[in-house]
Amino acid sequence: MMPEISLNVLDVAENSTRAGASLVTITVEADTSKDTLTIVIDDNGCGMTPEQVEHVTDPFFTTRKTRRVGLGVPFFKLAAEMSGGSFSITSEPGVGTTVTAVFGLSHVDRMPLGDMTSTMHSLITMHEDTDFLYRYTYDGDSFELSTAEMREVLGGVSFNEPEVSQYIREFLRENEAEVTRGRTI
Amino acid sequence: MKSLAELKAIRERMQGQLGMREEGEDQTRVVVGMATCGIAAGARPVLNKFVELVQERGIKNTVVTQTGCIGICRFEPIVEIYEPGKPKVTYVHMTPEKAEEVVTRHLQGGQVVKDYVIPAMISVPQ
Repeated sequence: MMPEISLNVLDVAENSTRAGASLVTITVEADTSKDTLTIVIDDNGCGMTPEQVEHVTDPFFTTRKTRRVGLGVPFFKLAAEMSGGSFSITSEPGVGTTVTAVFGLSHVDRMPLGDMTSTMHSLITMHEDTDFLYRYTYDGDSFELSTAEMREVLGGVSFNEPEVSQYIREFLRENEAEVTRGRTI
Repeated sequence: MKSLAELKAIRERMQGQLGMREEGEDQTRVVVGMATCGIAAGARPVLNKFVELVQERGIKNTVVTQTGCIGICRFEPIVEIYEPGKPKVTYVHMTPEKAEEVVTRHLQGGQVVKDYVIPAMISVPQ
């Protein structure tokens, strides 16, 4: 198991980049009135067949040939269900995949959300050819990061240039702090 | 809210230096295993530490990158260092603190940190 939800997001979003997605949309939404924390990872990668979708939450299923276990998705599902939430995957070959995990926000067995800034920063800087759209919402207050927008401003300067990399980290951290106003998820 | 205006200023400062960084054969690669096994064992802070220090200390010709499962999950977090003309070095059970030592002693000092490399006499189940 992962110690925090943000690590599940990092792990499962890696599947999207490996599926050849050009755009991965990651949404984090905490809603205290509904008492839910909803995470959606949506990509336009190669997608899965209905048979693959059916088996993807089985830890002993993987498309890899080297080993016969695949724990990323089962971990994420278990974490959501442990907190009284739900989990679903929809996918279509050639169109993409959407993974939705709903957590019980105040449930005692819900893991902390953890360091989403590090997760997004790693994804963005390690996959420069993939665009990420990230939305973070807490009770209606939200911020958004679009790498497509940043790319346009940067005009060819790499996300891995130290100053840019630092800027992305600060953008994520400061805007999240502004939205959560000290309330930890 | 932090805005994109700041990013624009960075670009304007950087513009003159474009093209200075080239991927070439003389480049050192630091590769961190970031599959489920690596992430669960603590690879993310290790990766962050390498990225941060390589940038902070301006270490030239060095890229920090990631890969999937290296195949020896019980040794995660695993970091491989590829230097041109030298054999690959595999560091195991890494932490951010060990990463800092590897940056100082290996990437900057040119010495392999023997205490953290994979033991020579292990049996890896096939």
